[in-house]
Amino acid sequence: MKSDPGFYDYWPYQNRPKIRWPEGKKMAFWVAPNIEFYELNPPTNPHRAAWPQPYPATPGYSIRDYGNRVGHIRQMELLEKYGIRGSISLSTALCDHHPEIIEMCKERDWEFFSHGIYNTRYTYGMSEQQERDMIKDSMESIYKHTGQKCAGYLAPALSHSEQTLDLFAEVGTELFGNEGGIYTCDLFHDDQPTPIHTRSGKKFVSIPYSLEMNDTIAFVVNKVEPRRYGQMLKDNFDRLYQEADESGTIMCIPTHNYQVSCPHRMKAYEEALEYITSHDDIWITTGREIANHFIDNHYDDALADIKSKGGK
Amino acid sequence: MALDKEYFDYPHRSHGMDHDRYDWQLLAEQKPVSWPNNKKVALWVNVPLQFFPLDQKGVPFKVPGGMTMPYPDLRHYSLRDYGNRVGIYRFLKAFDKYGIKPTFAINTELAKRTPYLLDTIKERGDEIMCHGLHMDALHYGGQDIVEESNLVKSSIEQLRILTDQDIKGWISPARNESENTPELLAQNGIEYFCDWVNDDMPYQFKTQKGNLWAMPLSNELEDKFVLMNNLHSEDSYVEQIKDACDFLIKEAKGLQNNRGKGGRILALNIHPWMLGQPHRIAKLEQILEYVMSQNVWTASASDILSSFKAQQ
Repeated sequence: MKSDPGFYDYWPYQNRPKIRWPEGKKMAFWVAPNIEFYELNPPTNPHRAAWPQPYPATPGYSIRDYGNRVGHIRQMELLEKYGIRGSISLSTALCDHHPEIIEMCKERDWEFFSHGIYNTRYTYGMSEQQERDMIKDSMESIYKHTGQKCAGYLAPALSHSEQTLDLFAEVGTELFGNEGGIYTCDLFHDDQPTPIHTRSGKKFVSIPYSLEMNDTIAFVVNKVEPRRYGQMLKDNFDRLYQEADESGTIMCIPTHNYQVSCPHRMKAYEEALEYITSHDDIWITTGREIANHFIDNHYDDALADIKSKGGK
Repeated sequence: MALDKEYFDYPHRSHGMDHDRYDWQLLAEQKPVSWPNNKKVALWVNVPLQFFPLDQKGVPFKVPGGMTMPYPDLRHYSLRDYGNRVGIYRFLKAFDKYGIKPTFAINTELAKRTPYLLDTIKERGDEIMCHGLHMDALHYGGQDIVEESNLVKSSIEQLRILTDQDIKGWISPARNESENTPELLAQNGIEYFCDWVNDDMPYQFKTQKGNLWAMPLSNELEDKFVLMNNLHSEDSYVEQIKDACDFLIKEAKGLQNNRGKGGRILALNIHPWMLGQPHRIAKLEQILEYVMSQNVWTASASDILSSFKAQQ
């Protein structure tokens, strides 16, 4: 085990090279709906139980299924209303289970990135080859069902190994060259994109995917009231928008259809989206587009700046 | 280090669910239903009447809301009992004031212990469903089938005798089930059950002994979940129900593209030991006053299901 994962160097949030998004926009905004499939009776992982009760874990399984049966279309129509294309963190087995959902997202030109095969299959305990095969399977599924070359990764249920990011970057290159495997949502250390060290040395970035703005973290872990969640989203936006005068910032709202799409949470969420999208100077975009823009325009400057401040 | 090969088998990775309990469907694509008098939302007020034994065994887990202290846990025993002595009569007054037609889910053991309360409900003519034997008689994965079979049969049969009602509905204590619970319910003449929270409308649930209807009793909107689990304020609880009611009425009128149109159900599961407290009862009254001033139909679970079924 390591005391530091070694993915990035210290890079102070002041006097960084100025980022500008396409068309001179100062702030990037993206929404990442997690579209997940949880299994009722997954095989046992020795390091983490999928459910608190023995099979069948009716309470936990059924509310997550609610997200697909009921919640997905609610959130999809809401995002459409505010001109937002979702960047889907996808349990890729959902392509097989619920292709109807995949089709609706394809029609809307949404991005799909890998969130593993099932959210009940954890990375813990996998050999490097097993994890590589799982990641490859997930990226191939996305390509097969959507024609998209998967650019981003969020490990299933945020379960990682030390090699997760290396493997994702390598499999991306193997399958899709420079278009595949270029960004991760697994790290929460910054409000701007960060170059990440991987074994292959390819240009690979961490894109801010806020855990604090994640609806499941807010509602389930922190037990936040729905209206307060809406206020938190607005406050988060206000400060990032203000700071974007100095250098481009990014706001991400990671969501789950079994949380934010419940009837008592939709109003506060809609008010926040309405507020955010009413501003000028924001680039409403997807994870892949942010990563591409950063790699093409700011990556090298960022590396030089990190080096000048004592990084490698 | 590696996981067993079976961890990478995906036997259910195909269209539909990963089990054969119900069909995969999207709520928004279902045939729209209309409620009587063209009301947009059916209001289902569901009142669990519960007995938490002092000598709790906690097999296989301690029921949420049950005893937590060393025996004799008088604080939790008596505080839950409060609901059946005091809180419920505040509820009944409020229901009558606002013209609510409630449904009661009673533990059979409580029906035996409190004939006065049972007679009061019988005289009102409200629907009674079975909520299992008592709150420490759990149904759970791995439970001996003979033991569970006797538990289900005796709970339902005794309640039929005590109530003179043809008991049709069921909620498992803690809404927990074994793999056999649905079959046992169907075998004992149950028509609908309320344990699965994966939809906002009824759907058919398959068992080897004939189909059940799954009725959508929201857990996310339950008083116990919002106030005791999430520790939200009473005012926030009121706000959440109002927001849910507004949203469901809006959805019933149709999302964009006219999708998802059709009557919806606002299901409020409320516990007399929680909302029946002096400082909370006015919050319930506020909710009932607001909801009843909207376009809603107050009805029992069976009446809602009958209306739904007649339109399929």
